[in-house]
Amino acid sequence: MDNSKKEKIKSFFTGPVIVSAVVLLLIILASVFAGIIAKYDPNEVDISNILSGPTMQHFLGTDKAGRDIFSRILFGGRMTLLSALGVILISVIIGVPVGIFSGYYGGWTDKMLMRISDIILAFPSLLLAFVFVSAFGRGIINAVVALGIVYVPMLAKLTRSLVMVEKNKVYVEASKSIGYSDLNIMFKQILPNCVSTLLVQLTLDIGYAILDLASMSFLGLGVQPPTSDWGAMLDEGRIVITISPLASLAPGMMIILTVVALNIFGDGVRAYLDPQQRKLPSLKKFKKLVGEEM
Amino acid sequence: MSELINIKNLKVNLMSPRGIVHAVRDINLEIAQGQIHGLVGESGCGKSMTAKSIMRLHDEKKMLYGGEIIYEGNTDILTMKEKELEQIRGKDISMIFQDPMTTLNPLLRIGKQLDEMILQHEKVSKAEAKERSLKLLEKVGIFPAEQRYKQYPFELSGGMLQRVSIAMAIACNPKLLIADESTTALDVTVQAQILRLIKELQEQNGMSVLVITHNFGVIAEICDVVSVMYAEVIVEHGPVGEIFHNPKHPYTMDLIQSIPKSGERGGKLVTIPGTPPDLRRKIVGCAYAERCKYATDACRESAPQLESCGENHEFACKHKFA
Repeated sequence: MDNSKKEKIKSFFTGPVIVSAVVLLLIILASVFAGIIAKYDPNEVDISNILSGPTMQHFLGTDKAGRDIFSRILFGGRMTLLSALGVILISVIIGVPVGIFSGYYGGWTDKMLMRISDIILAFPSLLLAFVFVSAFGRGIINAVVALGIVYVPMLAKLTRSLVMVEKNKVYVEASKSIGYSDLNIMFKQILPNCVSTLLVQLTLDIGYAILDLASMSFLGLGVQPPTSDWGAMLDEGRIVITISPLASLAPGMMIILTVVALNIFGDGVRAYLDPQQRKLPSLKKFKKLVGEEM
Repeated sequence: MSELINIKNLKVNLMSPRGIVHAVRDINLEIAQGQIHGLVGESGCGKSMTAKSIMRLHDEKKMLYGGEIIYEGNTDILTMKEKELEQIRGKDISMIFQDPMTTLNPLLRIGKQLDEMILQHEKVSKAEAKERSLKLLEKVGIFPAEQRYKQYPFELSGGMLQRVSIAMAIACNPKLLIADESTTALDVTVQAQILRLIKELQEQNGMSVLVITHNFGVIAEICDVVSVMYAEVIVEHGPVGEIFHNPKHPYTMDLIQSIPKSGERGGKLVTIPGTPPDLRRKIVGCAYAERCKYATDACRESAPQLESCGENHEFACKHKFA
């Protein structure tokens, strides 16, 4: 590896990025190794010890069925992260190409795709997801697919607007004059220039996806009890919030932590993808350099 | 000398909310092999429209072409399929744009953009493409090539970037290079360097060049043949010496008159009064009649045709100036 590459990689790891990366890594590791870390089976019911506060045995207390909250959070992380990621993945795979084609070609292609998006947007997103799940059956996979599709229009519209701005820039015309095909121009020239904005939207969408999945679980359309899931735990704990606040606070904190860490990490990636920002030294380093010269 | 591009009765009509815009009215132009051809005229007279038509870069959902553009004596560019066009663009005909700051993709390294250009049109390995890119960078005067190869467009100055765009344009040894106001965005010293570079490359490769400009200085510097455009038609056409020393059309005369001369102080700049005609209107008679000091009723009644006067020299005016 040559020196410039090392320098490049180093510039990615700024303070906030390191912190958020560590937090995300911890959350992911905790979910992956839940079986080893957790002392209790997340679904083990203990009627004699319900709604207890934090004790030595139960790190975060127990919920209304006497299940250990800490264990449930560890196992719930798997479900929550995987399903939220699934939602985002589906919406990206469909939404981004739709937006690019729509924005680049305009005309009939654009009109058709955008009217379909408008139809989807006309219904409240959760309602549409409910319809989908009731038609195709309950279960977490159907819930993920349903939410993924519901998220497509927003992403497609955002991509479309970005592409419409980019496609009028001279470098696109220049690419055309070189003899690049439309596909090459769309995906290799224009898309990289839109990624930074899309990334910010996606990190926000992950947060929404976790919460929407929770609402679906709450209505019994998503995760089926007794499987644990942060969103579902949040809803279950809501009823007993005055007696045992930790039952909803703990999963809520985990959701906030994950979303904030993802946002900061996403912002770091966005800055890294912009060559004009990446090449700059940090302000601290810059001050030092100026100090040396003066 | 055979012609590379033969434009016959080219018309370009654009859609606009307020009616049809005749962006190019009726143009006949022949670009000979190995010649530098200048196309000069004021802003909005259809120079760039003509040039873009040669590569079909317009948004074709909003416009209509008329006439034909014959490439190498046998194919009509205007009826080509998109796939065939992609073969020609960049390989046989390439273009340099006005503002070098915006023609390159801001997110890709210069070297990568050059490599991709070569890989797009020729079956060579990535290593060979890099080898050639480095040579090209040196050829257009960018040193040290190895280091510049890895830089991003924002790290280079306008003049450097224009050199890079020229390197990209000549990467596949095109037969025709279109320079669309390529020096307008640069300062005068860099302009001269870039023009010299284009001239040198033209002499080495023997390609044809179409130079589009509103600057007579650029024309005098490098062109062999000049066409003067006014209001979407060519009003005069001839070898560069003839146009400068023996202009026949009043518009050409006025244009040359209005070039500021060095060494004169205090004098008023000579301008041509009036404005160019509205492109949406149908023009009857000579388009320049409104602003021409020699205009007579005959000029306003019917349009003059291009007439020959001397070798390769044509002009469209009813008056015969000695």
